[in-house]
Amino acid sequence: MIDILASRLYYLVAFSLLGVGTYMMIGNQNLVKKVIGMNIFQTGIFLFFIVTAFVEGGSPPLLTAAEPYVSPLPHVLILTAIVVGVSLTAVALGLIVRIYSEYGTLNEEAIQKVTADE
Amino acid sequence: MSDLAPLLVALPIFGSIMVFFAGLVRSESGWPIAVLTSLVQLGGAGLIAVRAFDEQPVEYVVGGFTAPYGIELVIDGLSATMVVLIAVVALGVLGYARVAGPRSNSFYATYLLLVAGLTGMSITGDIFNMYVFLEITGLATYALVASGKGGRSALAALKYLLVGTVGASLFLLGIGYAYVATGTLNMADLSQQLPAVGSMGYTDPLVQASFGLLVAGLFVKVAVFPVHTWQPEAYAGAPDSVSAYISALVSTVAAYALMRIILSVFTVDFLVANSFARTVLVAGAVVSIIFGSVLAVTQTEIKRMLAYSSVSQFGLVVGAIAVANVSALTGAMIHLVGHAIMKGGLFLTTGLVANSTGDRTIDGYEGLAERSSIGAAVFGVLALAMVGVPPAVGFVGKWYIAVGAVEAEAWPLAVVILASTLLTLAYFVRIIERMYFREPAKPSEAVETAETETAASVVADGHGTDAELAPVSTGMRATVLAAAVLAIVLGLGAFEYGQLLEPTIERLLA
Repeated sequence: MIDILASRLYYLVAFSLLGVGTYMMIGNQNLVKKVIGMNIFQTGIFLFFIVTAFVEGGSPPLLTAAEPYVSPLPHVLILTAIVVGVSLTAVALGLIVRIYSEYGTLNEEAIQKVTADE
Repeated sequence: MSDLAPLLVALPIFGSIMVFFAGLVRSESGWPIAVLTSLVQLGGAGLIAVRAFDEQPVEYVVGGFTAPYGIELVIDGLSATMVVLIAVVALGVLGYARVAGPRSNSFYATYLLLVAGLTGMSITGDIFNMYVFLEITGLATYALVASGKGGRSALAALKYLLVGTVGASLFLLGIGYAYVATGTLNMADLSQQLPAVGSMGYTDPLVQASFGLLVAGLFVKVAVFPVHTWQPEAYAGAPDSVSAYISALVSTVAAYALMRIILSVFTVDFLVANSFARTVLVAGAVVSIIFGSVLAVTQTEIKRMLAYSSVSQFGLVVGAIAVANVSALTGAMIHLVGHAIMKGGLFLTTGLVANSTGDRTIDGYEGLAERSSIGAAVFGVLALAMVGVPPAVGFVGKWYIAVGAVEAEAWPLAVVILASTLLTLAYFVRIIERMYFREPAKPSEAVETAETETAASVVADGHGTDAELAPVSTGMRATVLAAAVLAIVLGLGAFEYGQLLEPTIERLLA
């Protein structure tokens, strides 16, 4: 069991990041921390994706490089996914600015109290 | 001719940028540009749909990189249906949003971006490309939900963003697993390589995990119970034209994507090899149908009730995908189109009624027939269509799905599908009864409650701080009437459409 875990250490790291991110999104009352949790969650998935491209002793995927290559495709895909993640964070932070100017707080419970009183 | 395919995605993006730049010169230029773009989009979608139903799927290789390395756009009968539906609904809602909707240029720019994202999701033949378009759709939707004034819509949009991102990330993780298993991202290529993974093919844990994650991610986007929680908040918090637009299209295209992933990528053989996967789909469908309806019955606000009703209706579609035979899938497609028209129309009618009388609650609809005859009539027709009264389109879709479930001898599902008609009746008939068969209390009292309710709903929905009623334009009336007429006319033409769709679905199931 330990051997299996040790040989798949990358996966373990990626999935603990998923766990941390999920916990932050559910457990935190602060909206900004929820967004940070979302980012950690996504990063876990990005790392997992990148690790799949890794080849033991592989060289960078250039025309003149020697075999074996590291697969370039996941890197390209994750670059796209990171751009998507950045846009999501930007939209989320924009929304948080609006929420703060409306309610004067970023604590979810406090906001719920305000909306319940309306 | 197949060059039209990338243009369908590029055109709305171009229009969106045009709106942005034209807005720098003249602030009122958003609407005309959006309408022009949607009209051209509709023309292109119509042309390509004729080709797609006529022959083999229309294929286009993006940038000259041939599949399986490059991105492919594939348009068959199912995608063509979605593309035309998107164009029609987008144009229809624009007619409504002229007076009612948020009128800023940023709204119209985002509006067109959503058309591009949804169209891209419908026609792409590459699974990672689908993820990118899924996120474009998501981003545009979050921004549109937040386009209402006040904190409520921003809060709803943020919740939607968090849940939607988790869904899309799970989808990405599923793509990762599929890529590790096969080394390809092209859908057609995946469907050929997945059966040969490892020594176990479809029962390989890697393939099963990939299926589970892809389906879980899309379940969030379709809003299947219990991951539907973002939906009522988002639909109720958004401005009326936006809730109609996204309720008609966003979950619909996600359900289409679910159909693509399950039937085009994993194919029916996967469902046969993994009976557990099929059980999960059926369970999701049954639970969604029942709990969506039960939650809809308990709502007091009309828009929230309609949102929970969507959870129940998409349960039917998921059930049809799980059954996976010709009748059920024809029914699923008809129901997707019909639901888009009916639910979009219902949300628009809710907005029309709220603008002319200020009522947004079920009790507020008492005696509505006297105060807003058009609103009450259209709401009544669309509600009955939704229940499945022939000849409306709601009936044809449910009928095909039920026949499919009986043919497949999936008895528990068949019973729930038939019962879903009664469940739908449960939450719609009480509104129809209130609208037509109850007096609106005492006149003076009615005016008073209407006024306080207006004030309350105006504050809650963030449409402004004064209690004045918003204007109702001819465009708004025309749009809701068109939705009601379409719901009936489509029902009459749905059997022909079903026959037209048959070759595509047989190819899908082959």
